[in-house]
Amino acid sequence: MENQNIEQEVMLTKEDFASDQVVKWCPGCGDHAILKAVQDIFPKLGKKKEDIVVVSGIGCSSRFPYYMNTYGFHSIHGRAAAAATGVKLANPNLSVWMITGDGDCTAIGGNHFIHACRRNIDINLILFNNRIYGMTKGQFSPCTFRGTKTKTSPQGTYEDPFNPGELAIGAKATFFARGVDINPKELSEIFWESYKHDGIAVTEVLQNCMIFSNGVHENITGKDVRDDMQVKCVHGQPLIFGKNRDKGIRLNGNQLEVVKIGENGITEKDILVHDKTTEDTGIHMMLAHMMPPHFPVAIGVIRDVKAPTFNDSLVQVIENEKANSKIKCMDDLLNSGSTWTID
Amino acid sequence: MTAKSKVVALEHVVIRFSGDSGDGMQLTGNLFSDSTAFAGNDFATFPDYPAEIRPPQGTVAGVSGFQVHFGHKPVHTTGDLCDVLVAMNPASIKANMRWLRPGTIIIFDSDSVTEKALEKAGYADDPTVDGTLADYQVVKAPISELTKEALKDFGMDNKSMLKSKNMFALGIVMYLFNRELDTVYKYFETKFKGKDQVIKANRTVLDAGYHYADTWELFTNTYRVEAADLEKGKYRNITGNTAAAWGLMAASEKSGRPLFLGSYPITPATDILAELTKYKNLNVKAYQAEDEIAGIMSSIGAAYTGCMAVTTTSGPGLSLKSEAMGLAVMTELPLVIIDVQRGGPSTGLPTKMEQSDLLQALYGRNGDAPLVVIAARSSAGCFYTAYEAARIAMEHMTPVIMLSDGSLGNGSEVFRIPKMADLPSITPPLAKADDPNYMPYRRDEKWLRREWAIPGTPGLRHRVGGLEKENGKGNLSTNPENHQIMTELREEKINRVANDIPLQEIYGDKNADLLVVSWGGTFGTVRTAVEGLMEEGKSIAHAHFDYIMPLPRNTEEVLQGHKKIVVCEINRGQFAKYLRMNFPEYKCEQFNKVMGLPFTIGELEAKFNDLLK
Repeated sequence: MENQNIEQEVMLTKEDFASDQVVKWCPGCGDHAILKAVQDIFPKLGKKKEDIVVVSGIGCSSRFPYYMNTYGFHSIHGRAAAAATGVKLANPNLSVWMITGDGDCTAIGGNHFIHACRRNIDINLILFNNRIYGMTKGQFSPCTFRGTKTKTSPQGTYEDPFNPGELAIGAKATFFARGVDINPKELSEIFWESYKHDGIAVTEVLQNCMIFSNGVHENITGKDVRDDMQVKCVHGQPLIFGKNRDKGIRLNGNQLEVVKIGENGITEKDILVHDKTTEDTGIHMMLAHMMPPHFPVAIGVIRDVKAPTFNDSLVQVIENEKANSKIKCMDDLLNSGSTWTID
Repeated sequence: MTAKSKVVALEHVVIRFSGDSGDGMQLTGNLFSDSTAFAGNDFATFPDYPAEIRPPQGTVAGVSGFQVHFGHKPVHTTGDLCDVLVAMNPASIKANMRWLRPGTIIIFDSDSVTEKALEKAGYADDPTVDGTLADYQVVKAPISELTKEALKDFGMDNKSMLKSKNMFALGIVMYLFNRELDTVYKYFETKFKGKDQVIKANRTVLDAGYHYADTWELFTNTYRVEAADLEKGKYRNITGNTAAAWGLMAASEKSGRPLFLGSYPITPATDILAELTKYKNLNVKAYQAEDEIAGIMSSIGAAYTGCMAVTTTSGPGLSLKSEAMGLAVMTELPLVIIDVQRGGPSTGLPTKMEQSDLLQALYGRNGDAPLVVIAARSSAGCFYTAYEAARIAMEHMTPVIMLSDGSLGNGSEVFRIPKMADLPSITPPLAKADDPNYMPYRRDEKWLRREWAIPGTPGLRHRVGGLEKENGKGNLSTNPENHQIMTELREEKINRVANDIPLQEIYGDKNADLLVVSWGGTFGTVRTAVEGLMEEGKSIAHAHFDYIMPLPRNTEEVLQGHKKIVVCEINRGQFAKYLRMNFPEYKCEQFNKVMGLPFTIGELEAKFNDLLK
């Protein structure tokens, strides 16, 4: 309910949200753009600076809170979701943003991640996915593609990766979006949608690590391929993409397929119209699943459904109990039930 | 009361109600406790039930017990050897042989002896006839048959009738101790309100047991324990885990900081979580997390956000929380961690008590990560220990570990109800909004604590985390000198807590030949054993430590001037090691036991006598 609690119009600029700390990510790292996108959108939230908390785990991305001029908590590896849950439950009026990476979130923090999704705690979770452990210098993560050679997989990995979108939606997340680091304007728009959403909002950002997985998203974000390898999900709009806007995603039976408009009698009407609000996870799951080379990657807000949030539910139970209980303070409780007096 | 037998006055009595898991022994014990409260005795109780939920019927593994220790004098323990054993089947005798003393009265349901029951209990022959119980006074009563007989006009089936046999046994015990039956009647009337037939049936069986004991002159004597000389006031019966939960709630109310508990179920600590979930009416946010780590991490998040934050666990959970405790040390946030200890290592003995997490509590973290460790001494005392843990945590901006144990947690005691106004104040160092000079690691000179700057407060935005911080400003720092300074500051901050806790008490002559040292849940048995020897004129004194890290500042004085020091604990000598490390010039002998059981008074007395020779 955070967005309904704006007490006053707060006029802030993006500079208001930059801390005095020197940003120490590698030059050219995708993290810079994500930071910019967040600092861009925060002034527009209408939230006072002191009512925003940025919580993170461990890894390159998790240094994020130090660069934000808000309240910030840099926790320990994998546990950001648990800490953020505590922050939000302690004060539901705060806007809580959680920063995590693919290692932090889907390996050591996997349990907290799925349970934060399931509970629908109202936090904005930004998952920087560079498909590698950067801070420990280049080991494979649960999001590294099969066969990738890394420091700890010199012969190539022999395990399949998670797709964070499938993981989140499978764990009952009510919001899932995906963006790319080289398009901060689009990211800002996604973060705005994330903020507006009541409940867990997971945004996966395909982020490039210049040093250990450079180019890992090139087949999606490269200038030459991006129009053909990204399909923008806009609620109520057909899923059309391609340099010439002539390709689309069609639902054929129970499967998605890429079709060319104008070929084999296919018109725009055949293209699947995106509905982010449908409760059924089926199509959202299929959209999140799409990967090159046979499919473009779905970008934008894939899922955004309404469900009771954990924090609101807790507040409600507390209010009900307060209203219905005769015990109003500790003296009442201490003297309640079976007691006896010695005089 | 028309007792034909002689009434003998006793100082204190231990009764153990024991039967199969389905025999209702917990209820029987609780009802007897209620009448004990009504009689004005001091008392303590301990439920002893199997770890399994539905263990095989009639076996030793399936025996469920409830012990009541009550007295005319102060009762410090839940009792060890029993004066009366109520045994509803052969397995209950087998399971409790360890707890019998010569002369123990065993009230036994003689109808329970069947070939099958003996076999299940592991007896070749009836122990009441083959001489196994020759040292005890066995009172055989056909409890099952007489219960059915009493209920024959109620039109109940066999199974339903037998469910009431515990009330027949209770009637016998009530007679034996010259108790009024009113408290039990009252219970029936409240519990079965509107079900007159059920109330009547239970009353009938209870009365039948009482009159049977009287008419058949089962006992040569009956007993009376006079009212204890308890301080005036209002009392209630409370378990250690409930007391801990209530102590936390009291500290929250006193400090004005809302209570947040992040926890995960684990035996024997779960009841604190369960208890706190009941009090949403008092604004308690009790959160059952997905695992132990999420329990403490959510609490740390809540502590950062201004809550009086708590996590509760037992040994294995404390291990899982280690890294997060280090984070709480580093971020210098208030946090209470309650460890209700059980037998270890690993899964160990989940339902049995031990004191073997002490060194883990003191040192089980990476880095130099000092925090405060205090221990509860009794079930009712858990209220004050939890309150104190919260006070220290909030006033000194530090995590505090409170050590309890399974016996304290599940055991219950008489608790004199405090008035909230009488409890010590709790004033956390809250940072002032819009303080232009605010710095996250600015410290006050006296206590070296940093301020608590709570999200939502204007003008105090700051970032904290697990990385080393520059003293004062709180920016990230890998500067070598700064790490030295910060490490020493974190240590000194904890050391200075010693100036905010009471001096160590010594019970008895401060120059006694033998100083008995103990800590935590062994208080009652050790104190009782020491008192016994003192009455015999032995030169013995007792120092029981509630504060472990830091130790009270007069600890060395307490250790001085004795011929011998013996440290008694339910582990392999962890506190003894700790004392030797801090005070190498004093020789500490050890008395240890690791059987998942508390000390018995007898074994302590024997050890002390030996050392006094």
